[in-house]
Amino acid sequence: MKRVVITGIGVVAPNGCGKKEFTNALISGKSGIKHLPELAELEFGCQIGGIPDTSNNIFNKFIELYGLETASSMIKYAVLAGLEAWEDSGLQIPQQGSNEVDYNTGAIIGSGIGTIDIYGERIIPITNQKNIKKLRSTIVEHSMLSGGAATLSAIIGLGNQLSFNSSACSTGTEAIIHAFERIKNGKAVRMLAGASEPYSPWHWSPFDSMRVTTRKHNDEPEKGSRAMSESASGFVPAAGAGIVLLEELESALKRNAHIYAEIKGGYINSGGQRNGGSMTAPSSDGVIKCIQGALKESEINETDIDYISGHLSSTMADPLEISNWSKALNRKGKDFPKINSTKSLIGHTIGAAGAIESIAAIIQMQNSFLHPSINCDDLHPQILEIIDETCIPKQTIENISLNCIAKASFGFGDVNTCLIFNKFKS
Amino acid sequence: MNKLFEEVKDIIKKYAFDKTLVDKAEENSKIIADLRINSARIVDIVLDIEEKYDIEIDDKSLERIISIKDAMNIISEKLK
Repeated sequence: MKRVVITGIGVVAPNGCGKKEFTNALISGKSGIKHLPELAELEFGCQIGGIPDTSNNIFNKFIELYGLETASSMIKYAVLAGLEAWEDSGLQIPQQGSNEVDYNTGAIIGSGIGTIDIYGERIIPITNQKNIKKLRSTIVEHSMLSGGAATLSAIIGLGNQLSFNSSACSTGTEAIIHAFERIKNGKAVRMLAGASEPYSPWHWSPFDSMRVTTRKHNDEPEKGSRAMSESASGFVPAAGAGIVLLEELESALKRNAHIYAEIKGGYINSGGQRNGGSMTAPSSDGVIKCIQGALKESEINETDIDYISGHLSSTMADPLEISNWSKALNRKGKDFPKINSTKSLIGHTIGAAGAIESIAAIIQMQNSFLHPSINCDDLHPQILEIIDETCIPKQTIENISLNCIAKASFGFGDVNTCLIFNKFKS
Repeated sequence: MNKLFEEVKDIIKKYAFDKTLVDKAEENSKIIADLRINSARIVDIVLDIEEKYDIEIDDKSLERIISIKDAMNIISEKLK
């Protein structure tokens, strides 16, 4: 079995585009949530959300070069984040016209909903107008679900597996585990892995109709995402992408790449929508099995975990999540690890959440800080019955040594994933 | 005729990865084989031609477009 490390990260998040901007946003606890007039116009109950500003992204020239202006924002975000991760790990984007294929590297880039923006804006209306020719020849590659992985390959020349995965809010974390397992088993040397979620009102209206997004903060958007707060009233929808470059340890050492973290292990399961679990609610039994499965696979103890990057989405399920972590790790009170919610700053990027939040966790470990979990001055009393208030950073904590991180994501369908990252030690 | 040649070249250039190949193209240059245009893009080139000259190119004529010259001939025919 090969050891797998992370040598590159790329991120397109509502509060910061690119590693540097995103890191600064995390350190300063900057929210990326805004009021969106388009949603007000469409009479959404929840009129706030997080949309990344990609206008100054240094990889925008590739959007132009490859004619991606008309591609789904799922694909655009994936390209920007994927190219950043690639260059961040010290690899070169080949010259155009290069015939080289990197058969050792692949990409798994998932999404929760996918390319609905293109279906709504072009495929459906143009087809219904009987103007099929006007869809033009790029319509499939600009809307196919594997478009993120395939377009990155068009630019870089990736010759290993190119694929798409989808498991609701677990998608991004799951993509990283799939890629990790592929490298661990010697089927690839490097994999780009993560997820991307487009912005589109048609993506968010179904959640609005379910009343799972918050309707109480349309006039104070930055206060809407309130993970672990007693007054949490639903998640805040968001768009963006996170992609990491996973690499076999030997290959990373050989080319002297910077190593952010080692992936010790991960676990994927479902609660089976039984025993309190349903399509939209997690079964505690399933969640606890998932977290404990990840520890076992990583060969680490419950006491090794310094920090939990929670799923914590600002819904009624937050206290249950804390209870599940406490039971799975057999830790409570002051002995519970530090825990924060990246969603408090950027909202819920659905499929991309696990990937962007994994990157936030890696950035925090790398720079020895914890970002504040904002909007939880009124911590939920059920949470305080289980863990001590000091476990949840309300302000940035600096100079904190983080050696072992647990990251989990839980999604519709009662699906769970948990990843364990360690600071790399040779 | 020369003006038409330049106009068609401009349309094709939008879809070329290697723009210099299109700059150096001649009337007999084959769009896919010589100018290395992705074959799927012929559909877009035809659509751009239809829009620019306000003509309609049927599927049969579309299949006849191999070189720049072929495209120019079809445009001239339709504009008569």
